[in-house]
Amino acid sequence: MAQPRVLILRSPGTNCEIESAYVFEQSGGISEAIHVNQLMEKPEILRSFQILCFPGGFSFGDDISAGQILASWLKHSVMDALQEFVASRKLMLGICNGFQVLMRTGLLTPNFADGAAATLTWNTNGRYTAKWVELEATNHNSPFLRGIDRMYLPIAHAEGRFVFRDDQTADRMEQAGQLALRYASNALHESPNGSQREVAGICDPTGHVLGLMPHPERNIQRTHHPHWTRLPADRRPDGLKLFENAIAYFK
Amino acid sequence: MRSTEQLWEIELQPLPGHPDRLAENVLQSLTDLGFSSSGRARAAKSYLVAGSMEKKDAERIARELLCDQVVQQFAVDKVSSESVLQSTAVEEAFYQVLYKPGVMDPESQSVLGAIQSLGLAATDCRTVRKYWLSEFPPDQLQWLATKILSNDSIEQLVIGPLPFQKLSLGQTYTFGLSHVELLSALDEKLLQISRDWQLSLTLVEMQTIQTHYRELNREPTDIELETIAQTWSEHCSHKTLAGRVHYQDENGELKFNNLLKETIFAATQTIRADLGDRDWCVSVFKDNAGVVRFDENWNVTFKVETHNRPSALEPYGGANTGLGGVIRDTLGTGLGAKPICNTDVFCFADPNTATESLPPGVLHPRRIMKGVVNGVRDYGNRMGIPTVNGAVIFDQRYLGNPMVFCGSVGLIPNGKTNKQPQAGDWIVTIGGRTGRDGIHGATFSSVELTDQSEKLSGGAVQIGNAITEKMLADVMLQARDLGLYNAVTDCGAGGFSSAVGEMGEGIGAEVWLERVPLKYAGLSYTEIWISEAQERMVLAVPPHHWDAFEKLCSSESVEATIIGVFAPTGELTLKYQDHVTGRLSMEFLHGGRPPVVRNAKFTPRSTDPQTARETLAQQNPEQTLKKILGSLNVASKHWIIRQYDHEVQANSVVKPLVGVANDGPSDAAVVRPRLESDRAIAVACGMNPWYGDIDPYHMAAASIDEAIRNCVAVGADPDQIGILDNFCWGYTDRPETLGTLVRAALACRDVSIAFGTPFISGKDSLNNEFSYIDREGSRQTISIPSTLLISALGMVPQAEQCVTMDLKQAGNQIVIVGLTGEHLGGSHALLETAAARLGKPPAVNVPRARQLYRQLHQAIRRGWVRSAHDLSEGGLAVAAAEMSFAGGLGVEIDVAQLPWEDVLPATNVARLFSESSSRILCEIEPQNLAQFIDLFRSGTTAVCGQVTAGPDVIIRDSENILVQCSWQSLKHAWQSPLDWK
Repeated sequence: MAQPRVLILRSPGTNCEIESAYVFEQSGGISEAIHVNQLMEKPEILRSFQILCFPGGFSFGDDISAGQILASWLKHSVMDALQEFVASRKLMLGICNGFQVLMRTGLLTPNFADGAAATLTWNTNGRYTAKWVELEATNHNSPFLRGIDRMYLPIAHAEGRFVFRDDQTADRMEQAGQLALRYASNALHESPNGSQREVAGICDPTGHVLGLMPHPERNIQRTHHPHWTRLPADRRPDGLKLFENAIAYFK
Repeated sequence: MRSTEQLWEIELQPLPGHPDRLAENVLQSLTDLGFSSSGRARAAKSYLVAGSMEKKDAERIARELLCDQVVQQFAVDKVSSESVLQSTAVEEAFYQVLYKPGVMDPESQSVLGAIQSLGLAATDCRTVRKYWLSEFPPDQLQWLATKILSNDSIEQLVIGPLPFQKLSLGQTYTFGLSHVELLSALDEKLLQISRDWQLSLTLVEMQTIQTHYRELNREPTDIELETIAQTWSEHCSHKTLAGRVHYQDENGELKFNNLLKETIFAATQTIRADLGDRDWCVSVFKDNAGVVRFDENWNVTFKVETHNRPSALEPYGGANTGLGGVIRDTLGTGLGAKPICNTDVFCFADPNTATESLPPGVLHPRRIMKGVVNGVRDYGNRMGIPTVNGAVIFDQRYLGNPMVFCGSVGLIPNGKTNKQPQAGDWIVTIGGRTGRDGIHGATFSSVELTDQSEKLSGGAVQIGNAITEKMLADVMLQARDLGLYNAVTDCGAGGFSSAVGEMGEGIGAEVWLERVPLKYAGLSYTEIWISEAQERMVLAVPPHHWDAFEKLCSSESVEATIIGVFAPTGELTLKYQDHVTGRLSMEFLHGGRPPVVRNAKFTPRSTDPQTARETLAQQNPEQTLKKILGSLNVASKHWIIRQYDHEVQANSVVKPLVGVANDGPSDAAVVRPRLESDRAIAVACGMNPWYGDIDPYHMAAASIDEAIRNCVAVGADPDQIGILDNFCWGYTDRPETLGTLVRAALACRDVSIAFGTPFISGKDSLNNEFSYIDREGSRQTISIPSTLLISALGMVPQAEQCVTMDLKQAGNQIVIVGLTGEHLGGSHALLETAAARLGKPPAVNVPRARQLYRQLHQAIRRGWVRSAHDLSEGGLAVAAAEMSFAGGLGVEIDVAQLPWEDVLPATNVARLFSESSSRILCEIEPQNLAQFIDLFRSGTTAVCGQVTAGPDVIIRDSENILVQCSWQSLKHAWQSPLDWK
């Protein structure tokens, strides 16, 4: 197949589109950043892409709650096109604010008549927090996560605490392998935001739609790692594999 | 049937078992102010939504848009109805807080837009915070109501239900031209006009204007007088520093026709002339930011601004719009640079200051600090610009005048660095709409604050909307690359009046004020012209590009409007609905201001090194070290840094916190502006007001040296560093105060030339004093210390050669680069143990420092330096401790090995804590040691210790142990003071 095409969806307040486009290109894809206004005008443009990426940022200022306003626009204008995209087994990735958007569209979680199955809400410490965290990948069936066990990545968010509506829903999603990425528990690092079951990222039951709070696109060069001056020069950056996996899936 | 206009209240509160963040914040604020609270608080958030909607529509908005039902519940009813969710219990006091009319409420704008996504039409929206308080003692309730729940410079507090049934703002405006009677006014009347109109013009300036209008034989209109006042304000024209100064010190007299031109600008010109073909400055001291060469195709820009006065009154909004403003400077440099990183430097009083000791009209320093940090955080993070470097200085003299410096670095293509509006270009405004915000910000920022300022100057305080600015930046940079405009500048202080006035200076301009898009009706033509509403830029768009430009903006929902034309008249013509409201000659506006003439005097203070060393010799060195590490000035700033996104844009190379546990204090930040290139920049700063208490010359020299040294320590080329000055001073009409400023400016000139390090941009903020009436009824004034911030931008040839300050490997050797002398004046050792500023401050031997930095840079490029850390506050002992705990390794230092240089014999306190300039501690692997040492001239470096696998920091004088304690305990001392939860 030709090089996979990646749509990087921009909106007012998106701010990680350049590095997200860059890493997909480094991994062998062709990236195009497109504004949500353009997508709403012509939802059919989605058909010419294999990967849809919701990059990080503060879509619409994160007003109301993070990701909510962009999700509302998407739900009420291009939901059919998004569902068609998922149904055709293409890949969808939400990073940080993109994950928050995906959560609120309902594309990641089971549906209930009276509200969502889970949410991302304010960190336990009540504030925006930027720090590096160790992650464990628990779902190796997701095309994004093949061959990935652990990743060291930065988080940078205020509303990243993952909360389920109830324990049954949490059990159900866990059994379905949806709790794809967890903050690794070790003696030194407590969960950085108070997420239930240490959830850092989830996927839909097919594994083709993945959302995560940490930023894999911020660990794609040797000098991104906070300890790079202490580490061997030939160490591969942890974040690259996820993007390479996504491109490789189409090859 | 159409339903009639209704005002619905949608109230949200946390579900049981989930945190009530609003209430928790209130209780935390009480604790911050030193109250031990026994009261209870609960809170809710409401959205007031107006529109032709029925209750089921409002419920749909709640369910589908506003309420996150996993963690929240909602109730909907007509505004302030009994049946809204949280009924008030008898014992509860009920308060509601909302923005004052006309203050930007970014969230309500977003909500209004989002309601459209549901296919519903709302006409207006406002947000409300609701609080129910019980069981608080009366004094606490008083504090809560007046100081904590709201800030009355931007918000209103309502006790009980809201007193309105509809949201309405603004009223129709009826045009009426108004003149100011100036021609026949006597001097006293002229001064009164200046005061009454908040023009901040002096008598001589008023007389000059009067003479000008007598020649024209007419009275000025209000808009003309306002325009002149804005243009001539200290904030916009820097009339003191660009003015005539007669200076006197122990060396004699100096006369300046233009202080800045003859010191700082002159230094840069000298350096550029010396560099000749190798000159790497591109545009200095003329655009919104300084511009220097990055590589063949790209330039970098740097500007640092202050936003002190607004931050004193409304810390969140002040800092928020301060950063927003300096980012617009970047966007308005050349044809627009892309912001790539931010810096933030703050000066506060001690956050542990007792609440009851605060003078009237002063916000508690802890509240200021939290508000300022939140303000910078929310703007920088939302814009997607990493905040990578900063500093915080604590001193009680900043109690009434906190300092907030915000810096912005940008990247611009080489071919887009120059701009020139053309006659016939449309004057176009894009971005935010114009409201009554920030009126008189430029003139307000040039006057002294008093305890009445918070009452008088409400209009000068604003809240920013970062997303509006991000949207603006997104389209503007696309339009730049398409070549759709000829010039751009930001709308900052003075609003359109300054922006259009500046751009049209060489041509002339005609402005149609009624075309300016407004937030709400009712603004007069003058208000439109001088409003400092945020997030606006002014562009010169040629008519043949207008359609393409407008289409690009609207495709991303950015408003662009033609508001006038650059007409080749040499005049500024202001019209409102075809009425000429003002006509000013550009020549008078920009060249008519009478020069400011000031006297300046400096008398050196006697230094007393003997007392300094005796004071310190009595202290236990280990205790002194712990005190310094645990002092607010030196202590870890992780509480701030961790709230800033320092990695967005994926350009981070050296982070603000480094080391094995990501918590050691980096000397400088390094960012790689272009992901595909290995070339990078280092950003750092230097600042030390305590040296200035003794001699501002040495303060300025030491600050420049520190800023350069910090860049060099991480790997910047010492021959490719540009610096910025920010002078924040007290009342410069006083010769003694201006004298200290001149003294510092002289050092800037000398040291800049000697280092070959050009100043590329600068800014000043004068008259930073706070006056109040104390309990005895007498007037007290607090002046800030002379505060000079030097920011540095250095070129890093290869990112992968950068060095961090954390120790890497046991067995490596520690080498000190640079000489130590008895420099304890203004040192942290004295400040923390004796609260004294005795003794001799560091003096910089620039030729030697320059050579050392060049040699160190060679060593770094050869890969011989495993870690490097600059010696500054707290001297050698602090630097060694920081390197040790950042690396999680022990260290052993023998101070007897330090190269010593002083007429006084070496003492151990001086070796440990002296703050002598131009010193860097380096970690070198044994196999590289000999060649490293050989690089330097003998006597300027020495092996003084080694890295160990042990748990301790050990500092000894040959056999005699001075300090031995675990790096863990030192790290704890360093992290504790500002480890806020």
